[in-house]
Amino acid sequence: MDDGLGALLNREMGISFQREPALIAYLTCGDPDLAASREIALAAIDAGADVIELGVPFSDPVADGPVIQRASERALRQGTTLEKVLKLGAELRKKSKAGLIIFSYLNPILRMGLAQFAAAAQQAGLDGVLTTDMPVEEAGEYLDEMRKRGLATVFLAAPTSPDARLKQVARVSSGFVYAVSRTGITGTRRQLSENARELVQRLRKFTKLPIAVGFGISTAAQFSEVGDFADAAVVGSAIVEIIERNPGKEADSVAQFVRSLVIGRQTPSKT
Amino acid sequence: MATAKVQPRRAVPGENRNSPLGITTTGTKKHVPGRFGVYGGRYVPETLMAALEELEREYEKAKRDRGFQRRLGELLRTYAGRPTPLFFARRLTQKLGGAKIYLKREDLLHTGAHKINNCLGQGLLVERMGKHRVIAETGAGQHGVATATVCALLGFECLVYMGTEDMRRQELNVFRMRMLGAEVRGVDSGSRTLKDAINEAMRDWVTNVGTTHYLLGSVLGAHPYPTMVRDFHRVIGREARAQILKVERKLPAAIIACVGGGSNSIGIFYDFIKDKKVKFIGVEAGGRGPQLGEHAARFRGGSAGVLQGTYSYVLQDEAGQIAATHSVSAGLDYPSIGPEHAWLKDIGRAEYVSASDAEALEACTVLARTEGIIPALESAHAVAEVIKRAPGMKKSEAVIVNVSGRGDKDLGILISQLQL
Repeated sequence: MDDGLGALLNREMGISFQREPALIAYLTCGDPDLAASREIALAAIDAGADVIELGVPFSDPVADGPVIQRASERALRQGTTLEKVLKLGAELRKKSKAGLIIFSYLNPILRMGLAQFAAAAQQAGLDGVLTTDMPVEEAGEYLDEMRKRGLATVFLAAPTSPDARLKQVARVSSGFVYAVSRTGITGTRRQLSENARELVQRLRKFTKLPIAVGFGISTAAQFSEVGDFADAAVVGSAIVEIIERNPGKEADSVAQFVRSLVIGRQTPSKT
Repeated sequence: MATAKVQPRRAVPGENRNSPLGITTTGTKKHVPGRFGVYGGRYVPETLMAALEELEREYEKAKRDRGFQRRLGELLRTYAGRPTPLFFARRLTQKLGGAKIYLKREDLLHTGAHKINNCLGQGLLVERMGKHRVIAETGAGQHGVATATVCALLGFECLVYMGTEDMRRQELNVFRMRMLGAEVRGVDSGSRTLKDAINEAMRDWVTNVGTTHYLLGSVLGAHPYPTMVRDFHRVIGREARAQILKVERKLPAAIIACVGGGSNSIGIFYDFIKDKKVKFIGVEAGGRGPQLGEHAARFRGGSAGVLQGTYSYVLQDEAGQIAATHSVSAGLDYPSIGPEHAWLKDIGRAEYVSASDAEALEACTVLARTEGIIPALESAHAVAEVIKRAPGMKKSEAVIVNVSGRGDKDLGILISQLQL
């Protein structure tokens, strides 16, 4: 396994992803249960994922499509909490150097307390955090707390964001910037939106950070297409759906899928 | 992992410095649009931010545009039926033996509730923005009906999201919306009520944001909705203030209104806000009991949190997951409350109480039999409070109850709940 994101996070300069494109794999933690999530994450890393987004299930996931909604409901029925996801993160850190990012809605983090959350995430050895419903304007204290603990703050950039907003997003992001490929909620699509390429081009003007493209990526062709114009691809709903459809053999199925995505990837392409 | 060296952070333009999550150390007292004390704000995915900014700009322009205000005023008068009467409830006053009770008759408006005030306002904004598709959420169905009505009036495509549990208990309103040409889409996730309908409407909006306006029906959600929706309902209080001064030659001692998201209550409170001697009483849904999940009294079990775009009081568990709620009235069955109410509560300007399902049902019957008015189950919560409170008030005092809607939509529930 190569060094991965974890060891290379440089909050001032950005991350140099070692493979092109890097694969960022999203999991709804606790689906089907936390022990399985741990195995799935390790299997995905072993199969070629560079970063794991540890999704914290939330009762009201307004940015998510049906696949992640269902996964969140299953995870919550298992009693999954942010605290338990952090514990899972710490276990993964002991086993792997891959990048580990908390992916959450704001309220569970707020309930724990920004400072407490940041301290716990640091202690768990996590690399960063992305909060779906936290736009730049509201992020003052959040940024301070995360930065104090050396956590990368990943923000979303959207096709609807005018340049002025992209500039702000770029300014407060660290680790990488997450470009949302299209307007809408999470979920797979047959075709990658043209918006994605254009958004990455616009975003490039404002940042040297790596840019990850997400929302709708589920095939090897889409994955390699993203590699043409961005540094990393996020795959979420496709993985969560495989977990849903393969009870009892989630980790193997996800590993197989991840291998099929990265099969044509060149390693390493830049130094 | 070692702690990185903390670099001083440059402020983000437009950053909310009195936000609970903004920089609090600067201690600035400057008013930030969209903030009510620490509450409010704009907590949505980035995809929606540009649309909220556009809406805010358009709304600010429309507010200053005399043509817009004239057209809105005319529709409120000639279409919705404003001004609504302030009615002295003589027999209820006698029965309770205390303060003089006045009813603000929002139930007499076209479509049967105050909701039309906001729908006409936002409808005209949709026209200004050149959008042609309108989506909305609805709980009791009153906002959905008002939205469908305005879309028919102005010629927009209309889609209303409604929890399947609410569709069951507010069946008549579902048919009314369809009659008006709107599509009603059932939402089967979560508790299948108002909160889940809002989630689904937000998902639609984030997907179709270029062509679609989200006509949010209460003082909830991200800025500018809580301010804008309040402004469109301020007419209730403006009228009530002039009306009570005319008949009583003094201000009322108290104003009572039910609070779901809080649009009818903030609407009637707002023009009295500087009249410090006028008590504001908001009535939440006490449901079946005090345990979490059995009621929708956010001020009795809630704590600060972010739900659906705004920072306010929220019914939630230890881990920050949103709790289930219950109320006999679909319009009050929601785990959060408008951020301005959270602020009014914290500064002590308004008092919030609750009425149980049983008290609301009883109040419905009382008002029907003393005054010949069947209120909506939501408004019946406010009536329940005046029944408790008026006897302890002086006979020289006046109290206004906002009858925010009529009870026609609730006949199904009333039939099953009351043995008449």
